[in-house]
Amino acid sequence: MKLDSMYQEIILDHYRNPHGKGLRDGDAEVHHVNPTCGDEITLRVRLDGAVVADVSYESQGCSISQASASVLNDLVVGKTVGEGQVIQEAFLELMQSKGQGEGDEEVLEDAVAFAGVSKYPARVKCALLSWMAWKDATAKALAEQPAIND
Amino acid sequence: MTQSRSSEGHTGSALTGLLDTDAIRKDFPILQRVLHDGKPLIYLDNAATSQKPRQVLEALNAYYERYNANVHRGVHVLAEEATALYEGARDKVAAFVNAPSRDEVIFTKNASESLNLVANMLGWADEPYRVDADAEIVITEMEHHSNIVPWQLLSQRTGAKLKWFGLTDEGRLDLSNIDELITEKTKIVSFTLVSNLMGTINPVETIVRKAQSVGALVLIDASQAAPHMVLDVQALEADFVAFTGHKMLAPTGIGVLWGRQELLEDLPPFLGGGEMIETVTMGSSTYAPAPHKFEAGTPPIAQAVGLGAAIDYLSNIGMEKIAAHEHAITEYAVERLLEVPELRIIGPRTAVDRGAAISFVLGDIHPHDVGQVLDEQGIAVRVGHHCARPVCLRYGIPATTRASFYLYSTPAEVDALIAGLHHVRNFFG
Ligand SMILES: [Zn+2]
Repeated sequence: MKLDSMYQEIILDHYRNPHGKGLRDGDAEVHHVNPTCGDEITLRVRLDGAVVADVSYESQGCSISQASASVLNDLVVGKTVGEGQVIQEAFLELMQSKGQGEGDEEVLEDAVAFAGVSKYPARVKCALLSWMAWKDATAKALAEQPAIND
Repeated sequence: MTQSRSSEGHTGSALTGLLDTDAIRKDFPILQRVLHDGKPLIYLDNAATSQKPRQVLEALNAYYERYNANVHRGVHVLAEEATALYEGARDKVAAFVNAPSRDEVIFTKNASESLNLVANMLGWADEPYRVDADAEIVITEMEHHSNIVPWQLLSQRTGAKLKWFGLTDEGRLDLSNIDELITEKTKIVSFTLVSNLMGTINPVETIVRKAQSVGALVLIDASQAAPHMVLDVQALEADFVAFTGHKMLAPTGIGVLWGRQELLEDLPPFLGGGEMIETVTMGSSTYAPAPHKFEAGTPPIAQAVGLGAAIDYLSNIGMEKIAAHEHAITEYAVERLLEVPELRIIGPRTAVDRGAAISFVLGDIHPHDVGQVLDEQGIAVRVGHHCARPVCLRYGIPATTRASFYLYSTPAEVDALIAGLHHVRNFFG
């Protein structure tokens, strides 16, 4: 069934048992919404120098948006901001591939399971919500860092 | 799958008051579509937009193939025929809503434009209609965004105070504080006749009486009513009634604002341009009488003709019969939906004083996921906040799934929806 290409078992697992959910201390916080279906996320990023020390979030929304936030947490926490950005860009490219991309499993790990979602234009925003929030929050956290380090 | 089991013992095929949907559905080419590996389309998104019968499509085609010209100008045959068709559509609308005069029917592009038009008329009006810093505007918490945002804008621009009726837990308007809401300061009360999200049919008379007693104008958003029931603007005793064509078998791009004639004479135009003037000099202009005063520019001519054809189609069947059909379907759908475990209807849980749009949440499965899995089975529903986000906030939910029925909907489609929802539960269970 076509539906299974979107709702991969990995995605449903992350949806049922999200990783890293809940708000913890952070250097920057953002709130992003997906107006088409009402998905919402409040996301905090805590940096330790150049390393993403924590990504914490409170969210509500569809399975795709929830699973995506969980995978994001898995993938970027512990990496450097630069490595995280590479993953974020690879994920964005996969989601914009209109069902054509497969994703590089070396870079994207579990996130390649979202390849099927890219066939559904209405759901791409759901998958990208947390990643865009992370990008935004990270930029904010970086902007504040020099002041903190001074 | 619980499909066959859950269908047993139900009397969907024995409902009374149903239309001959076999015959009606033959008029709607799109309803023959087959989706996703042989699943017939089950279109339950009628509150968003209706499908169009051949008769409307043919009227549109015929207009473009034989009569297309600009209206109200030119002396050639086509211009006269196009004008006659466009103005003929106005006559049909006037009769359909029982307007005292055809000149009270203003064509707009949709209900949103109709509502915005009234808000702008009142913002620019002279006394006694003028909405200014001392004025109050009353709406309700169940309005579509198109009947909220224009009033927020007017309130921000004029300083007028915006107030609203709240909702009861049962999805009805809470009228308990009507005397505090509608006061001597109220200039306009604007509310929906039927909720697009919950299907609630509102108690027009109570609100209109109160508004009249303080001299406030009343605008009724009939977008979810005009397609489904007899709409009589004189019986409603409103000052303005707005609705859109595309929800009632007509094309997109055509809406209606009905307004009482003396108001349309007194109130200022909003959009300026061709068609709406009497004379123009470089210094100033005088305006054509209503309705043309409010129809600047080339109107949506073919779309108006399509609306006329849609009204003919609906009238041939009869709005009472359509309402009875939808009532039977709605009663059956409510009953069947309430059998689905963990399903919570947002809005009235009976078919009394409710239209054929039914919103619900299914356990903690997000509506976006519900809609996606239903779509895989060929079932088209709407998911989200339905442009009525305050209702979702009121009931503490992010979104709903909405199934909405129309004259071509069948009990078998209700059964398919129920089976589909069981499948959704299994899928995410
Ligand atoms: Zn979503």
